[in-house]
Amino acid sequence: MIEAMQFEFMRNALMAGLLASIICGIMGTFVVVNRIVFLSGGIAHAAYGGIGLAFYFGWPFLLGTIGFSLASAMLMAAITLTAKHRADSIIGVIWALGMAFGIILMDLTPGYNVDLMSYLFGSILSVPRSDLWIMVGLGFLITALVALYYQNLLAMSYDEEFARIRGVPVKTLYFLLIGMLAVSIVLVIQVVGLILVIALLTIPPLMMEKYAKSLFQMMIGSSIAGALFTIIGLWLSYTCNLTSGASIIMVSGVAYFISLLVNQILMISKNRYKTDAGKIKNSSSPSL
Amino acid sequence: MNPLIVEIKNVSFAYSGQAVLQDVSLDIRMSDFIAMIGPNGGGKTTLLKLILGLLKPNRGTIRVMGEATQKASHHIGYVPQNVNINQNFPITAMDVVMMGKLEPGRGWKRPKASDREDAMAVIDRMEMTPFASRRIAELSGGQRQRIFIARALVTKPQLLLLDEPTASIDTKGQTDFYKLLKELNKDITILVVSHDLLVISTYAKSMACMNRRLHYHNQNEITGDMLKSMYACTVEEVCPVELISHIHTNRVANE
Repeated sequence: MIEAMQFEFMRNALMAGLLASIICGIMGTFVVVNRIVFLSGGIAHAAYGGIGLAFYFGWPFLLGTIGFSLASAMLMAAITLTAKHRADSIIGVIWALGMAFGIILMDLTPGYNVDLMSYLFGSILSVPRSDLWIMVGLGFLITALVALYYQNLLAMSYDEEFARIRGVPVKTLYFLLIGMLAVSIVLVIQVVGLILVIALLTIPPLMMEKYAKSLFQMMIGSSIAGALFTIIGLWLSYTCNLTSGASIIMVSGVAYFISLLVNQILMISKNRYKTDAGKIKNSSSPSL
Repeated sequence: MNPLIVEIKNVSFAYSGQAVLQDVSLDIRMSDFIAMIGPNGGGKTTLLKLILGLLKPNRGTIRVMGEATQKASHHIGYVPQNVNINQNFPITAMDVVMMGKLEPGRGWKRPKASDREDAMAVIDRMEMTPFASRRIAELSGGQRQRIFIARALVTKPQLLLLDEPTASIDTKGQTDFYKLLKELNKDITILVVSHDLLVISTYAKSMACMNRRLHYHNQNEITGDMLKSMYACTVEEVCPVELISHIHTNRVANE
C-alpha cells in the first residue's frame, strides 16, 4: 500500500475515498434514522437526467446536474411530506423517469457519449485535484450546517410531531436536509459512482446505529468505518487488480454481515448468562 | 371565573370524509383538571392534536391563550399516546427530555447549562436520574413514558395534554403518577385522556366525554347519561360499576 502511494492517482483516490466517507457518514446518519434510503436512491438515479441535460445543452456539467437533482429532490421531498402513504411509489416513478430522460438525451446528443458504467461505479482512480477541492468545500459546508442546526435536526428526526409543537420549522428543515443530501450525492457520485454512494450512505451508519448514544457519535463512527472500508477496499483493488468501487463495497458489506453475526452471538450469550443467573437464583431461594 | 386557556368553538373535523369530531365546543380554564373519556376512535387524540395545532379544523375555531393554535403550541406540554416511536434511535433519555427546551425562533443556538439543570431536575422528579444517560432503547415502556412526561414538564407548560399516560405504568406507578398530576395541577392546567374511571373520579375536577360529539360535565361523577352517550348501550344493559370493573380487568389483563 505504501508503494502504491507513490502514484498521484492513488493518493487522490485515497483522499477522494476519505472525503466521501466523511460526507456520507454525516448525511448517511440522517438518511438511516429518517428512513430515506429509497429517496436517496431516487435522487442518485434521477441525477442522470441532469447529466443528460448538461450534455445535450452544453451546460457546465456541475451546474446542470446539481440544478436538476435539486429540483427532483425537492419534488420528492414535497411528495413525502404531503402524500406519505404513496411517497415510495412516486419516488420510484421519478427514479426511473430521471434515468430514462438522461439516457434519451445522451442518445440525442451528437458525438461523445458518457459511459453508463463509469456513472454507476465511478472512477475513483482518475479523480482530478479540482474535484478534491470541491469535496473539501462541500464537506465544510455540510459540517457547518449540521453543527448549526443539530438540535433541530435531531428533534425532527426523532419526533417530528413534538418538534413542530416546540416551534421547530420542520418543513423548512426537511427541505434543507434533502437539499444538502442532493448536493452531496451529486458531488460524491462524480467521484466514486452511484453504487458506492448508496453503500457509503447506508452501510456504515447502519452498523453504528446500534452502538451510538447520539447522532453525533453515529456520524463520527460512520465516517471512521467508511474511511476504513475505503482504505482496505483500495488496497484490495490495488493488490488483486479488482475494480476499486466494487472492492470498497464488498469490504463494507462483508464487515456489515460480520457485525450482524457478532451481535447475534453476543445477544445469545447474554441471554444464556441471564437465564443461568435466573436458575441459580431460583435454586438458591428455597434453601434460604 | 378563571381566565381562558383554550377556547374551542363549534369545531368539526373529518379524516378523508369520515367525520371524527362534530360541533365540539369546550372551554378550558386555568387550573382545570379535565379527564377525557370515550371509546376508541371517538376522537380524543384528534381533539388533542387540534388543540396543539398539528391538525386544522374543517369548521369552527380554536384559540389557545388567545392566539392561533400553531403560534401557541409551545405553551402546551404534550405526552403522546405512543411513546415507542423510533425505539432504536441513537438518543439518550436526557437528550429526549432536552427536546422540551427547544423554542420557536431559537434557530441554531446551543442549549444552555441552565437548560440541562432544568432537564435533570425534571428527570429527578420522575425518579429517572439513574437512567438519564441510558439509550432510550434500553428503557422499559413505563420508564420511557416517564421520560416523555419529563419532556412535557420541562417545557414549563401552561397546559398539559396527556394521551393515556399511564398505559404502560404499573398500578403503584399509576397512583403515584396521578398524585404527581394533582400536585402539578396547582399551577398547571391539565387535560388527560384516560380509560381509568376510578382514577378519574379520585383526581379529576371535571369530565369530558368524547364520542364524535363532546359532553362536558363540570363534576367528576360518572352518571348513567354519560355512559349512555359514550357507549352505545343503556344503563340497564351495563351497570356503571360493572363497566368500571370491566375496564379495570381489561387493563389488568393487558398488563
